[in-house]
Amino acid sequence: MRRLNLYALTFRLPIIIWQALFFIGPLLFVIAMSFFVVKNFRMVETFEFDSWSKMISRDFVWSAYRYTLVMAGSAAALASLLAFPAAWFLAFRCSAQARQLAILLLIIPFFTSYLVRTFSWYTILAESGVLNGGFALLGLGPFTMLNTPFGTLVGYLTFVLPLVLILQTVTMANIDDRLIQAARNLGCSSARTIRSVILPAGKTGFIIAALFAFILSFGDFVAPFYLGGSNPPTMPILIIDTTKAGQQWPRAAVVAVMMMLTLFTIAFAAIMFAYRKRASR
Amino acid sequence: MSDLKFNQSKRTFLKTGLASVALSAPFVGRAWAETVELTMLGWYGTAEPDMVGAFEEANNVKFVPKYYAGGDNMLAALAQNPPGTFDIIHTDAEYAKLLVANDLVMELDASAYPIDDLLHDDFKSFAGHWDDSGKLYSLITRFGHLGVSYNKEVMSAEEASTYDIFWDERLTGKVGHFDWHLPSLGQMSLLMGNASPFDIGEDAWKAVQEKTLSLKPQVGGYFDFGGTFSGLKNGEMLAMVGIGDWVTGILERDGAPVSSVVPKEGGIQWTESYSIAKTSEKTEMALKYLDYTMSPEGQVKTAQMLGYPGHAVTKAGRAMLNEVDPAEAARSKQVNGDPQDPITLINEGRISYRDIPVQQSLEDWNDFWSEYKNA
Repeated sequence: MRRLNLYALTFRLPIIIWQALFFIGPLLFVIAMSFFVVKNFRMVETFEFDSWSKMISRDFVWSAYRYTLVMAGSAAALASLLAFPAAWFLAFRCSAQARQLAILLLIIPFFTSYLVRTFSWYTILAESGVLNGGFALLGLGPFTMLNTPFGTLVGYLTFVLPLVLILQTVTMANIDDRLIQAARNLGCSSARTIRSVILPAGKTGFIIAALFAFILSFGDFVAPFYLGGSNPPTMPILIIDTTKAGQQWPRAAVVAVMMMLTLFTIAFAAIMFAYRKRASR
Repeated sequence: MSDLKFNQSKRTFLKTGLASVALSAPFVGRAWAETVELTMLGWYGTAEPDMVGAFEEANNVKFVPKYYAGGDNMLAALAQNPPGTFDIIHTDAEYAKLLVANDLVMELDASAYPIDDLLHDDFKSFAGHWDDSGKLYSLITRFGHLGVSYNKEVMSAEEASTYDIFWDERLTGKVGHFDWHLPSLGQMSLLMGNASPFDIGEDAWKAVQEKTLSLKPQVGGYFDFGGTFSGLKNGEMLAMVGIGDWVTGILERDGAPVSSVVPKEGGIQWTESYSIAKTSEKTEMALKYLDYTMSPEGQVKTAQMLGYPGHAVTKAGRAMLNEVDPAEAARSKQVNGDPQDPITLINEGRISYRDIPVQQSLEDWNDFWSEYKNA
């Protein structure tokens, strides 16, 4: 029989208590709340399926769900693609000092509130804004960019691109340089080296970076609300709408549980894929 | 020697200090004791210094604002906070009736207020403010009209004088909604020819939904307070559904080329009222504030409110506004004889009072609004 190791527990307990108090506890409460009902603007603790049947039978809930999935997926894919060349450059073509400086510069945007950064896009994307001013000089536009899915994507990328870039840079900087040299010595082109060496070697890091981008975008309220004009709404906006309309917190909890189940499934699948060993040939 | 001197002066200083504190304590204590804190549950701006500053100074009161957006949130705040949390409740008139129905507010002495001086007879017996036995519970204090809000550089007031303008091809992708179902759907109901836009049967409700859905290709977004202001100001939205002078008035004051007009199909009136929570322990001071809001000075403040402008409800208030701030009176058409005078519009039958749906539930309207946003 294994004896309880108090020394090891001293280090493990804080994180276990923290997760239980601030993650598992609230999560269970949200699940329980989805079975409550609202009477006279007050929640009544009960166990009824009213909110679930109401929400999952509505088309608009599913169309918001699909739209949020597509937008968050697009943000993760775009952020991964846009970050890759810069991360590759920082990892393989820069000195260590330049890479450290670049990572510091990538962290600096997080010093400013995300809301403030989002609002600053107003002056850039507006029809009378900086971008359209530039297009006008070329005789183009004006283009409508605010209150569109494009605006939402810009907001998502503002949020996640620096993070994805940092994670990809760190991932690639840790790839054994000798593997890349070997590939080049064996006659691989740059593209083949990326496909056959860098992507497989850094698979875990790339997937984790994209997963972060997806999770953060999927739950983001600010970008689709302020840059997308809620047109159409995403799941986080649906939560706000639901609570505003008759204080239907149980219905909002249903939306939240749907979102959490989705994120659990996708995160689980992504991590399984990231750590899956390649079959030997 | 120097130590002795220092000690003496320190002793003297301490003695003098203690004596001063002892002598002034009763006064300080009285002053502190007399400062009353009034907690106001209201829309943003109602407990800001421009509205309550003069009253606070004159009566040694401190207002503690608790702001909400939307009547549902107001009712929830009342339901979810312990009794006695709020003293004064500032609410939309259509929700005031729910306060009365749920026995949440105290009876007011009608004879204490200038009811006969109200600008319109409808205001004297405003729906939901009085119970069936003729007791007053909620006091009408300001109002405004919702219609077509538009960019003056793109269209004229005449062009904006119909809700059909929202379907104009110049406005494709440039029509914004204030994100609340009642005003927008009420305006669609007026466009469909419903004389009582919130009291409609099932067929009329279906027709309103179809008409609203047909507007979707024109819609550029659904906005909260901030988004509504910035959308109109930076020209992203050229017309807005569901708002009126309470938004464009602020932008006009800043020189933005926007305005609002009550169209030929009619406009919707928002009406705001004050009540006193039944559980308040500071009713004396709360009643004093209600007196103040109905005084000419209080009415001028309500018309000039920085948060969002409204119209005075008393004749004396309007007269004083014309005297002390004729520019604002003219801008907001609170001038006797002006064809867009809000009272004239009511008399001409062009205004419907905003209400909660009568034949459908609020939930039905909410659900459709969510559907519309996702269409």
